[in-house]
Amino acid sequence: MATQTPAASAPGMPQLDFSTFGNQIFWLVVALVAIYFVLSRMALPRIASVLAERQGTITSDIAAAEDLKAKALDAEAAYEKALVDARAEAHRIVAEAKAEIQADLDAAIAKADAEIAAKSAESEKEISAIRAGAMDAVKDVAKSTAKEIVAAMGATADARSITAAVNARLKG
Amino acid sequence: MATEAKDAHAAEGGGLVFHPMDQFKVEPFFGDGPIAWYTLTNAAVWMGVAVLAIFALLVLGTARRAVVPGRIQSIGELAYGFIYKMVEDICGKDGVKYFPYIMTLFMFIVFANFLGLLPMAFTPTSHIAVTAVMAFAVFFAVTILGFVKNGASFLSLFWVSSAPLPLRPVLALIEIISYFVRPVSHSIRLAGNMMAGHAVIKVFAGFAAIAAIAPLSVVAITAMYGLEVLVSFIQAYVFTILTCVYLKDALHPHH
Repeated sequence: MATQTPAASAPGMPQLDFSTFGNQIFWLVVALVAIYFVLSRMALPRIASVLAERQGTITSDIAAAEDLKAKALDAEAAYEKALVDARAEAHRIVAEAKAEIQADLDAAIAKADAEIAAKSAESEKEISAIRAGAMDAVKDVAKSTAKEIVAAMGATADARSITAAVNARLKG
Repeated sequence: MATEAKDAHAAEGGGLVFHPMDQFKVEPFFGDGPIAWYTLTNAAVWMGVAVLAIFALLVLGTARRAVVPGRIQSIGELAYGFIYKMVEDICGKDGVKYFPYIMTLFMFIVFANFLGLLPMAFTPTSHIAVTAVMAFAVFFAVTILGFVKNGASFLSLFWVSSAPLPLRPVLALIEIISYFVRPVSHSIRLAGNMMAGHAVIKVFAGFAAIAAIAPLSVVAITAMYGLEVLVSFIQAYVFTILTCVYLKDALHPHH
């Protein structure tokens, strides 16, 4: 019965009411033991395993990411290489085409030159033929003119001497 | 008993009546009567609520074992990581095996403190009986552990070998006194903080009876409550970290 009223009637600190200490200590020990068993048997191992699992997942994910990154770098290198190759190939094709065109062009020019040369040679020949024809005509005109002049002067000249005279004159 | 107390208070006279300490009374939870060691008191009930809350947070909250945690699981993991890192940092690798005990203390204190902030709740950690049992348990456990682990060389904890020789006996005396004061300060710090905050809130609540200063009183209660939320966590943290420090002294007594 000593436990019943002292705190109620005397305004003091309930903390110093020793009659309640046994009760509090008993329930505290019960609570702490309960918490200890809950923690050590269930909660802590479970949380530890979750954290370990997460750490494992993160580690493996990072490894996978590294792997993918390496793969991406490889792919990029391959792409760059293909690009360089393609560019070289393109250069090669362009050069080849240029050379081909140049060759065609050269051949066409040579052919044209030859044709031009042939044509000019032909023209040359024609011109010289025309020139020779003109010479003959001049010769004929000169002979007949000389013959007429000689006749007008009252002399006669035979054809051979006139021809010889005209030829000599034309050469001179 | 409650009505009895009320009558007694009413008899003290009209207007302002402060009974800031009434909230700390340990009473039977059901009915009235004497308090035997096994009686289910309000203290016992709120300790039980703390146990259930810890169970809910750390066991039910982590039941899904999600790799990407939900809210409750995050809080549980946060608490785990917080205390685990504290034990590891202060006591070293060989202190980790005492982690469950320290976690038990921390979880109990932090939940008792926070649950005590609910209106009408009882705060077990505001009682020196509770905190003293925990503090002395830590004290004896650490002392026994120190002697078991280190034998007589545990006494080198009191012999400050880095100090000049003539000073050492004096320092040893001071160290020994401080060592034995540890459980006292350890327990009174927690109980005192919890009690003082709750009592101050109650005093402000008493002032609310006067209409003119009631708004001020409400503001003051609100501010104190915010402070108490902080104090609740900080005191649990302080109790735990000091436990770790004492444990470190037991494991590595050489300065």
